[in-house]
Amino acid sequence: MIEILKEREQQVYEKGESRFDLACEKPSLAGSVSQRACVFCGSRVVLYPIADALHLVHGPVGCAAYTWDIRGSVSSGPELHRMSFSTDLSEREVIYGGEKKLYAALTELIEAYKPRAAFVYATCIVGLIGDDVQAVCARVEAEQAIPVIPVHSEGFRGSKKDGYRAACEALFRLVGKDDETPLSPRSINILGDFNLAGETWIIKEYYRRMGVETASCITGDGRVGEIGRSHRASLNVVQCSGSMTYLAQLMKKTYHIPFKRVSYFGIEDTAEALYTVARHFKDAQVLRNTEELVASEVRRIYPEVERFRTSLEGKKAAVYVGGSFKAFSLVKALRHLGIKTVVVGSQTGNKEDYDYLGEICDPGTVIVDDTNPLELSRFMTEKDVDLLIGGVKERPIAYKMGVAFCDHNHERKIALAGFEGMVNFSREVYSSTMSPVWQFSPARIGREARTAVDADVESTKGHGAARC
Amino acid sequence: MLLRHTPETNTEKTALTVNPAKTCQPVGAMYAALGIHNCLPHSHGSQGCCAYHRSALTRHYKDPIMATTSSFTEGASVFGGQANLMESIHNIFTIYSPDIIAVHTTCLSEVIGDDLKQIINKAAAEGKIPAGKRVIHTNTPSFKGSHVTGFANMTQSMVQYLSESTGKKTGRINVIPGFVEPSDMEEIKRIAAEMGVKTVVFPDTSGVVNSPLEGKFRMYPKGGTVVEDIISAGDSTATLALGRLASLPAAKLLDTKCKVPLFPLDLPIGLRATDAFVDQLRKTAGVSVPESIMVERGQVVDVLTDMHQYFYRKTAALVGDPDHLVSLVQFLTDLDMKITSVVTGTPGGPKFEKAVRACTGDETFVKSGAGADMFLFHQLVKQRKPDLIFGNTYAKYIARDEDIPLIRIGFPIYDRVGHQYFPIVGYRGALRLLEKILTALLDRQDRDAPEESFELVM
Repeated sequence: MIEILKEREQQVYEKGESRFDLACEKPSLAGSVSQRACVFCGSRVVLYPIADALHLVHGPVGCAAYTWDIRGSVSSGPELHRMSFSTDLSEREVIYGGEKKLYAALTELIEAYKPRAAFVYATCIVGLIGDDVQAVCARVEAEQAIPVIPVHSEGFRGSKKDGYRAACEALFRLVGKDDETPLSPRSINILGDFNLAGETWIIKEYYRRMGVETASCITGDGRVGEIGRSHRASLNVVQCSGSMTYLAQLMKKTYHIPFKRVSYFGIEDTAEALYTVARHFKDAQVLRNTEELVASEVRRIYPEVERFRTSLEGKKAAVYVGGSFKAFSLVKALRHLGIKTVVVGSQTGNKEDYDYLGEICDPGTVIVDDTNPLELSRFMTEKDVDLLIGGVKERPIAYKMGVAFCDHNHERKIALAGFEGMVNFSREVYSSTMSPVWQFSPARIGREARTAVDADVESTKGHGAARC
Repeated sequence: MLLRHTPETNTEKTALTVNPAKTCQPVGAMYAALGIHNCLPHSHGSQGCCAYHRSALTRHYKDPIMATTSSFTEGASVFGGQANLMESIHNIFTIYSPDIIAVHTTCLSEVIGDDLKQIINKAAAEGKIPAGKRVIHTNTPSFKGSHVTGFANMTQSMVQYLSESTGKKTGRINVIPGFVEPSDMEEIKRIAAEMGVKTVVFPDTSGVVNSPLEGKFRMYPKGGTVVEDIISAGDSTATLALGRLASLPAAKLLDTKCKVPLFPLDLPIGLRATDAFVDQLRKTAGVSVPESIMVERGQVVDVLTDMHQYFYRKTAALVGDPDHLVSLVQFLTDLDMKITSVVTGTPGGPKFEKAVRACTGDETFVKSGAGADMFLFHQLVKQRKPDLIFGNTYAKYIARDEDIPLIRIGFPIYDRVGHQYFPIVGYRGALRLLEKILTALLDRQDRDAPEESFELVM
């Protein structure tokens, strides 16, 4: 086992070593190169895809600048969410308060853009100087006759996860506003898909083919009006459980809507997600439609995935992502491609999540909570991985090490959800892992020489990067 | 058509910024800190700031950007961040073992009023800073200035904490290169070396944020100014401060603290500003300009004259950082181009406006600081329909909406490569700029040319 800081020892575990008891849900150590973010970040990414709402960041300019159009959540209509609005607080407001400026900004923006609702994000400094954001929002709401919702996302109030909760609270303010628009008795809400590269559209289309209506997508390609009617749907299907379970719980408590945790990533999990919904409706026709859909999709994509698997068999991957539910699906999907996950971790997993990860991983797999680049790179070297799956800050680390990379976060350019997503994923993993560029990496050159020696000695087949 | 909402006539905005043309101080401080060899930048605030700044720099440089955070929670925000910083200093030296930690504040730690100097002294007194290691800090409130100010503040702190005057002159010349790309810093060093001038260039991010692929992850890539050089900057003959906003504060402090005379210069972007830089190096170091540099200069003038007919009366709108803008405006004006508008979110003050107008005259729209955002810039572009736009990646939305070619310059550039490796400063940088500008203009001419005047030789 590699060297790690004493305080973090309990947050790293190698399967098969001892009894599994991973410490998690701890704040990051002060002074660590944490890959985690803040409350504001959590709220902003969840609410961001609501395209016909105004998103006003109340704080200094940085918070708005760094979240300007970074998420790649696509909209089929309005694109107001892609603009960056900030009250750009200056020294004067820090001393005398920013309420007046917030009021004026909100009023100007609502008059100019006529949004269906407005979200006001309170940042660190707003919490500190004590602006009454709630009161300003209430006043503007009364004057402008649209929902004006404060999002309590002061950065220091916790980590990204607490921002999800703040976002759910804000969203819940919109739920139940529309009792008029007709809705099929077989309707669901898609929770926790953010329509990166159009993924929500893929999922929605599956449900349409099954005979199930999507009442609202929260928040992918989201609309204020749709969220307003979501309380009349029969089922909440939660994908990104880290961010959206809380909203599902609120809706269950108030509107008695049951919810299911699902994942649309990988063949097994996508099929299971669709069957979960079909079974819920206890409708023979829906069930038949689902069987047909899954059968035909799997038949369609299987040969393509198989083609990639042949070359990828035996490769090793490290996975470090934000939410742990995503990690489960990745481990399974990689297995489909013949790739073994040897390092896996998340920024925000809880006890239950890590127990499950422990179950599905092979012996020898390193499981980590809230890791940092130094640790991660050491694990990757120690386990000799061919591929890293992560987000923006992990990408160059992999590349510098001469290791392939696949983005499973904001910077995704292609849809990875659903059956066709699995084909895209396979292609992306293949194109990076098997790229001829790695033959120029010093690490790979050394490694292939080593592999060749090993092969001589043991007469076993190595796993060099030569393209088939 | 993302920005189709933008109206053509200027709308009054009294209380907000729409699509900012700047970002906040800490990211500039983090970037400057990366320009010290074996330095770990530390963000004193909540985790999000550090994560955002690292992401922004990672996207721009496509290199791992390392920095630590004090991980503020509610407790720290109420009772102060001293405990967090003390713990951070201990942990950082234990786990990551840098030579130096460069702490910058965030708006949060600024408002709660943490006294960083006192905390660092306390850490030293309690033995938390190992022998030979250092901790420096700068104040970077996000609600004042911009990323440029943050860069200037961190550079000034390097002088404040490190530079010393021993009375024994080294004969070297300090060059503070400003908030420019690693490729630019590299080029500044190359020019000085070519002229036989011994320099201390700081900060210097070359080899840090554009490091080669070596098959392993390095917490501290090989580049960066070593601490000893920043210390000895106090014994140099003179300081050349490139860019008034980013470099002057540090140069002034060196003058006050160590009696090193300073020469303020514009960023050496374009012919004239590079001439001034080379000439100042020549005079200060008492060397003559070598033939090799004269050849480089001559080549720029050659291309310029070969192609000057394509520049006549072409118009350009510029958005970016003030130091860049001042030099760029001068270069474009020298090319016979007309500047329609110049916008920067960074407060540049009346000196900035004066410097721009000295080249462009009164017809150019110039705005900096409050109210100067990309929304305003878009409106100006709509009204004055320039032939070219100069700006960072965010300007691509405007370029697409208005169907005007964009020359990517500034920070951030998320969607192209090259800025890390090819300079825009110096004569070679001027050649690269000329190539970019001409390619954009000629590509457009080719695209729009009717069949009969679509020509092979241009």
